[in-house]
Amino acid sequence: MWSDYLHLMKMEMTLIVILFILLFLKLGKKEWDAGKLLHFINILLVINLIFGFFYNTEGSLFGNMFRTNHLLALEKNILNLGTLIVSLQSFHWLKDHKHIPEFYMLLLSTLLGMFFMISSNNLLMFYLGLELSTIPLAALANFDLEKKISSEAAMKFILSSAFSSGLLLFGISMIYGTTGTLNYHELSQQLTGSPLQILSFVMFAAGFGFKFSAIPFHLWTADVYEGSPVAVASYLSVISKGAILFVFVSVLYQVFENMTTVWYNLLFLLSVFTMTIGNLFALRQQNMKRFLAFSSIAQVGFILIGITGQSSEGSAAVIYFILIYVFSNLGAFGVVSLVSAATGRETVNDYKGFYKNNKTLTWVLAISLFSLAGIPPTAGFFGKFFLLLAGAGTTHTTGGHANYILITIAVLNLIISLYYYLRIIRAMFMDNNNNPIEKVKATLSPNISFVICIVGIIVTGFASGAYDFIYSLVK
Amino acid sequence: MNLSLLLLVPLITLTALLFCKGLKQVRSISLFGSAVQFVLSFVLLYWYWKERASGNNAAFLFEENYVWYAPLHINYHIGVDGISVAMILLTSFVVLAGVLVSWKVETLSKEFFFLLLFLGVGAYGFFISLDLFTLFFFLELSVIPKYLLIGIWGSGKKEYSAMKLALMLMGGSGFVFIGLAGLFFNTNTVDGTHTFDILQIAQMHIPLEVQQIFFPFAFVGFGVFGALFPFHTWVPDGHSSAPTAASMFLAGISMKLGGYGCLRVATFLMPDAAQQYSWIIIILSCIAILYGAFATMMQTDLKYINAYSSVSHCGFVLLGIGILTKTAIAGAVMQMVSHGLMTALFFAAIGMIYDRTHTRQMAQLGGLLKVMPFISTVFVIVALCSLGLPGLSGFVAEVTIFMGSWERADAFYKVATIVACASIVVTAVYILRVVGKAIMGPLASKEFNLIKDAGWHEKLATGLLVVAIVAIGVAPFWLNNLIGPDADLIMKNISNGMVIK
Repeated sequence: MWSDYLHLMKMEMTLIVILFILLFLKLGKKEWDAGKLLHFINILLVINLIFGFFYNTEGSLFGNMFRTNHLLALEKNILNLGTLIVSLQSFHWLKDHKHIPEFYMLLLSTLLGMFFMISSNNLLMFYLGLELSTIPLAALANFDLEKKISSEAAMKFILSSAFSSGLLLFGISMIYGTTGTLNYHELSQQLTGSPLQILSFVMFAAGFGFKFSAIPFHLWTADVYEGSPVAVASYLSVISKGAILFVFVSVLYQVFENMTTVWYNLLFLLSVFTMTIGNLFALRQQNMKRFLAFSSIAQVGFILIGITGQSSEGSAAVIYFILIYVFSNLGAFGVVSLVSAATGRETVNDYKGFYKNNKTLTWVLAISLFSLAGIPPTAGFFGKFFLLLAGAGTTHTTGGHANYILITIAVLNLIISLYYYLRIIRAMFMDNNNNPIEKVKATLSPNISFVICIVGIIVTGFASGAYDFIYSLVK
Repeated sequence: MNLSLLLLVPLITLTALLFCKGLKQVRSISLFGSAVQFVLSFVLLYWYWKERASGNNAAFLFEENYVWYAPLHINYHIGVDGISVAMILLTSFVVLAGVLVSWKVETLSKEFFFLLLFLGVGAYGFFISLDLFTLFFFLELSVIPKYLLIGIWGSGKKEYSAMKLALMLMGGSGFVFIGLAGLFFNTNTVDGTHTFDILQIAQMHIPLEVQQIFFPFAFVGFGVFGALFPFHTWVPDGHSSAPTAASMFLAGISMKLGGYGCLRVATFLMPDAAQQYSWIIIILSCIAILYGAFATMMQTDLKYINAYSSVSHCGFVLLGIGILTKTAIAGAVMQMVSHGLMTALFFAAIGMIYDRTHTRQMAQLGGLLKVMPFISTVFVIVALCSLGLPGLSGFVAEVTIFMGSWERADAFYKVATIVACASIVVTAVYILRVVGKAIMGPLASKEFNLIKDAGWHEKLATGLLVVAIVAIGVAPFWLNNLIGPDADLIMKNISNGMVIK
């Protein structure tokens, strides 16, 4: 029995062990050297990541509230990898910070929440995981304690999360009211698509929409990203968003499988609005963090297209894209974080003439942006291609051509997005600046993270193994 | 012969470039890499001929087919027919000449040569792909390097031109994507799945209503690359702002990606729709031919002159594809090769003139023949080729297209042919004017007396291209025999489609 708990909840247990280690670090009287402490924590995270790949199995716990299988383990591993990269990149920022163990404790608790959320087999469990993953994030958003804008970001984040949780709970309660169960498997058989259930689904999806900042539920995103520390912003935009999207896919495909028409139409609208408006906002941004915030909103629009595919190709494409998105977005955020920590400069104008003094960093940022824009030979191209292909291949609109209308809109949006990514490229390579950013020195940790990101961006695309593996698990 | 070598050699060159230090190493590695590739493309031609001579009648030779993404039925499938061999030869000529011409690039030279050779990878890959996914991959691969090349090393309003080019070409490839996705989901293989394989799709009969929807997407998408009217507007700005080697590549090869794609994907795979929409293509390409020619007359900048004349000349490619007879299609391919060589040479000559005189304005030039005889001679040769002088490649290609279009009995095609022919008169006007003003006549400025003529690398680059132009012009049959059977194959596919209907 106990071995079952240990075995099935292996990844959660590992995190809890790390959390406890951090707790005891704090208890001791000894003052740790910040650099050593950070290296130690990073090593713990590497161990966590490596350990995540072994001894995975399938099964369920707690009266079928918690389940795990190889696909879920893979999703958790992707999040582990992203957390490691974020941690490596925040080295410079955290080195001068007084509360290093606290930062990691909050960070890892949210990760733990996401793990429970991903493994949930019951809406109650899902909600517990969601709250665990949200509330510490608000504290993290405020982690630059002396900055006013940081507190504002935290406030906005907690208010909008509370509101979205309210919507979500309302939706869940109506679902419970009409079906009498919260278990995923039983729900999928009981949901028939009655009007009340459609309403509850809309509430439910709106709650999700807040979390992965689909438009029109995006209003908190840019402000929170701008206000919070870059490391937290990147964590929010990649890991937290990725986790919620993993859950969204599995909930839609499993629980609401009888209501495909409803959610196809809903996702169609959400995706069109999210892509278009996210892109149009991104065009005008001057702050790099806000810019990346809006570009990540637009990326969600593309991910939603993959979800409309309603096929194993579609859900494999979504997971694959999120893996690539981890590399590309964190690559971009990493450079911004490094530059911001070293010089405090964050606007697009500051990046003019960046290539003059920082050749390697420019290429890292450029390759990451190309991957976000979906330019070959980066992995982003493969990710986008498979998402759109899945969207085009949906069997739902047989006879109609709605799916082609959707991908046509997506293609037009790709061109808009290319414009603003190229705007950054142009600033870095072509524009003149009397006062360009000086040479930014990167130490070992950020450099490792850049190597991971660039290798990931280049290899995940060409090596079809990654996609094939995900596909075999999804199927 | 192992076709993947065509990709491997440039990739190895690129990797070697990454580890280079100093201008000298960079230059010699790039030159060596592109020279090896140049030789390789002739080896390919030799083996191709040998195979054909030994009676191998397969549509595509040297095929390699590996599964890449099994769940999505994406294969790495490559192979060549006569048309691709011709395009690969063209690419290797232009890339080698481009490297030689950019010998003197000193700002960020490593990045420059890297991007230039990277563009080459895109083109080689595109021409050997037999799988729609790989084809699309290589098509998009060659967009962003152009943006960087123009934006960083360009002149004039380079940022604007670079952005315009990147967005328009990306838009074009977006349309191509929709066309490909539509095709993919309407293919049904024996085992009930879909396929991206060009050879398999060509064997199937895609339903007419599907073709009617997706042919325009594919054709317009590739048409943007091939300067289809009204999507040609990136051409003048992009070409004139680009550094010399990049304009050579853009006009010489990039625009041919469009023509080749129209032929290989749109027309070959969706023959019925090609037949139905042929009148639209013909009208649009006639507009492009005439509009391009008249627009050229109004230009005063040498690069703009060649850029607009490229619009006009590429109109002939699309006209040949639109007419849909065997001779016309062969002519379209010959025009692609001929225009690729010619326009690359033209841009090279203009670049050399600009390097020395620091102006491209026709009004400020004059009497260049006296101070730089070699470059001026090259300029005159290429101008005459552009004008369609017999004995040079331009004449051969254009005449083949006109012969092909005359094969169609319909009055509509005859009118189109006459309209297109009329443009040659306009071409003669602007070509002779530019030659008369810039090359002949009295020396425009005393400072020009200090000018030195071409260096060894420039002589080599232009020499290569001149030899190729003359070789096609004097002995066109080797090229015609290379292309002819495959143009025939495309036509067969089209007439089969008509029979079934």
